[in-house]
Amino acid sequence: MRPLINRSPLPGMALSAGITLTLLSLVVLLPIGALLLRGANAGLPTLWTEVNTPRIWGALYLSFRLSFIAALINLVFGVALAWVLVRYRFPGRRLLDAAVDLPFALPTAVAGIALTALYAPNGAFGSIARDLGFKIAYTQWGILIALIFVGLPFVTRTVQPVVEEIEREVEEASATLGATRAYTLRRVVLPMLTPAALTGFALSLARAVGEYGSVIFIAGNIPLKTEIAPLLIVIKLEEFNYTGATAIGIAMLLISFAMLLLINAIQVFSRRRIGYV
Amino acid sequence: MSDTPHIQNRHRPVTTETPAFRAALILVVVLFLALLLFAPLVAVFAEALSKGTVEAVKSLANPEAASAIKLTLIVAAVAVPLNAIFGIAAAWFITKYDFRGKALLITLIDLPFSVSPVVAGLCLVLTFGANTAVGGWLVAQGYPIVFALPSIILASMFVTFPFVARELIPVMIEQGRAEEEAALTLGASGWRIFFTVTLPNIRWALLYGVLLCNARAMGEFGAVAVVSGKIRGQTATMPITIEMLYNEYLSVAAFSLAAVLALLALLTLTLKTLLEWRFADQLAAAHRP
Repeated sequence: MRPLINRSPLPGMALSAGITLTLLSLVVLLPIGALLLRGANAGLPTLWTEVNTPRIWGALYLSFRLSFIAALINLVFGVALAWVLVRYRFPGRRLLDAAVDLPFALPTAVAGIALTALYAPNGAFGSIARDLGFKIAYTQWGILIALIFVGLPFVTRTVQPVVEEIEREVEEASATLGATRAYTLRRVVLPMLTPAALTGFALSLARAVGEYGSVIFIAGNIPLKTEIAPLLIVIKLEEFNYTGATAIGIAMLLISFAMLLLINAIQVFSRRRIGYV
Repeated sequence: MSDTPHIQNRHRPVTTETPAFRAALILVVVLFLALLLFAPLVAVFAEALSKGTVEAVKSLANPEAASAIKLTLIVAAVAVPLNAIFGIAAAWFITKYDFRGKALLITLIDLPFSVSPVVAGLCLVLTFGANTAVGGWLVAQGYPIVFALPSIILASMFVTFPFVARELIPVMIEQGRAEEEAALTLGASGWRIFFTVTLPNIRWALLYGVLLCNARAMGEFGAVAVVSGKIRGQTATMPITIEMLYNEYLSVAAFSLAAVLALLALLTLTLKTLLEWRFADQLAAAHRP
């Protein structure tokens, strides 16, 4: 068996290990452990009773369904955007490239009130929709827009480096063999982008399921219609129903872990299939 | 298109799309970004200045906004350096030594990225809340954690925990251990090795990580909303104050404060982009497979 730690001449191992493990435990592991411990103390039947209400199922289903649709839209536009940013030259390209990270940099509460101001019935875009007989803010459409916003950079940023790596020779070979450009894109380029695109999709999905700040302003928060799962945790805490909050928290934690596994599985699968991610 | 490439337009390389297709695709993505990214950004400033610049500036000068700005700066001033120290220590530990469980450790460090901020806040309430053993004892000693500054700092640290470590680890893996080991054989002490050999190699990656960590720490809403208690003038950070003002229909005040955070986001993006252009080879993005 391999030793726990190989001896190394470089100093600072005890210090760096100490800082790492202490802060990791205090900030991350201890709190997550407290959540799980609380759940274990309450017992599975109690947790299940707390979660098993139409309102909570409704919220979990809504969060997951809208996050999935938002991640799909981000998948399509993210791949297109990555392709455009790497392959095409046009004025403003670098500005566009830098702007893709805006959802990472802009605080979610700011994004939330800004999107609401735009898409509310009296807002710039919302009034156009109202004249056409649509309502965007305070409906599921509003939530969808907020979720697309927060997940937007993920696919682009995972696909972009892969597009940069593609060797033109492969595409030239395909063309010399008589393939049309559309056929080359579909059968040669797209398969190379798929693993990165799927990773970006899963990251965008995971982010959207847990998103709170940018959604609550635009959602309207009507139970069973536009109420997302994270908001229910906040509501339970305000009612001092800690067991209820714990139950939803554990349910969401399980969803997060499932998605982490999914991301890892995608990467392992594609490493086996094409040798890189 | 025909199956015979040689009758295609001779001036167009075979590895690109038709000009019409290119123009259409560029138009689509620009429209998509304009509607989703640029419009909200413009809306923040338009709403803030809707009653004139004087109103906007006046709303920032009131005590509530001023104390929110101060609190957010304090939180960032504690949380960001602590996470930077953690990131350096974790990257050193992970890249300079061989030990079992390294993959698990990296997964645990990345964990906060996949946990909803609201769940993070909930975890802190369940750990340090007044009705828990630890929290109750600390309240009795006069040091409340939840609904007070410490929990806001802990929540901000939780959500930004992996930023610096994630940025440094790939860079330090790439650089290897040879330079540090050479310094060691020449008799340098541990600190001397770190400050004169390692730090100059990782300084831009460190700055990059700290930049992103700071932006997220100052703007965090979900996790802080759960633990702060939203006490005006005491535990309301900038994002929390924006929410309170917005819910009271004080639109100009809410958007003025939001505009300050939006400016911070723009500054962060600008510095980040400059770092990427100038020092691309020394950042993590260049070292991923």
